[in-house]
Amino acid sequence: MATDTMHHGAHADEHHDHDHHDVAGTKVFGFWVYLMSDLVIFGTLFATYAVLMGGTAGGPSGADIFELPLILFGTFALLISSFTFGMGVLAMNANRVGQVKMWLIVTFVLGLMFLGMELYEFNHLIHEGYGPDRSAFLSAFFTLVGTHGLHVTFGMIWILVMLVQLQTKGINPATRPRILCLSLFWHFLDIVWICVFSFVYLMGVL
Amino acid sequence: MSSSSSQPSADHGSTKSYVLGLILSLVLTIIPFGAVMMGLFSTPVTVWIIVITAVMQMLVQLVMFMHLNTKSDEGWGMMSFVFTVSILALVVGGSLWIMHHLHINMMIG
Repeated sequence: MATDTMHHGAHADEHHDHDHHDVAGTKVFGFWVYLMSDLVIFGTLFATYAVLMGGTAGGPSGADIFELPLILFGTFALLISSFTFGMGVLAMNANRVGQVKMWLIVTFVLGLMFLGMELYEFNHLIHEGYGPDRSAFLSAFFTLVGTHGLHVTFGMIWILVMLVQLQTKGINPATRPRILCLSLFWHFLDIVWICVFSFVYLMGVL
Repeated sequence: MSSSSSQPSADHGSTKSYVLGLILSLVLTIIPFGAVMMGLFSTPVTVWIIVITAVMQMLVQLVMFMHLNTKSDEGWGMMSFVFTVSILALVVGGSLWIMHHLHINMMIG
């Protein structure tokens, strides 16, 4: 994990620095534990989806409605955004606040592209009459993918908040752990999406 | 934790490791999408390709981007992750197992 990212430039007061390090490390670890509990939420949603997958109630199955090129586009956007956030963390470790902001904005735009893809897909499906009320399969699908989309939305709000804080406070012992937690959150969303595109979309069209 | 502060760059990555992570994750995305969209392989083979690339892809994210390892925080990050994966295996595996048998015994659908 990223507790070791708390690398302060000057070490005039070693003990003082060490305290800071421990507090930030504890914050990031606490956030990690939250992510693990969030993982259990997604696990239960995946289990629900797997159980209800066959319950199409005469409606469409995954193979009928999933559009892989669209999903591939969204997947690329999200994967690249994970990388750009990583670059942002590297810039933060080098104390380059301007670069951190730039990478965060790039990450935000990529997140927006992903979300646009998902909203387009949902809107399209509901328009066709394949909304979450159509069948058990579609209820589970919308719940699982929608929960991930909500997480991405909150991650993007958090990015905006951090951009404001970087503007007003800069990089300091208070904002550093927040950026680190947000980076973990963002990579975590990527991991969940890897499961979604693999087990929902790709296996759904087989 | 205290020992790691002496060599931060080793644990939280470099531009090189992030670029490598990005390339790996893109390749590991193109392989399963390609296999499914072009339909080159039989269904069981394609399922295995999807599962293996997904697991590798998640490891890339965890190790190269989230820096999960056994050393930082005295291994508690890894420990909590292993615990969570065990719970997930029980929840997902157990649900599928139970519902599969229920499905057979009730003869629904």
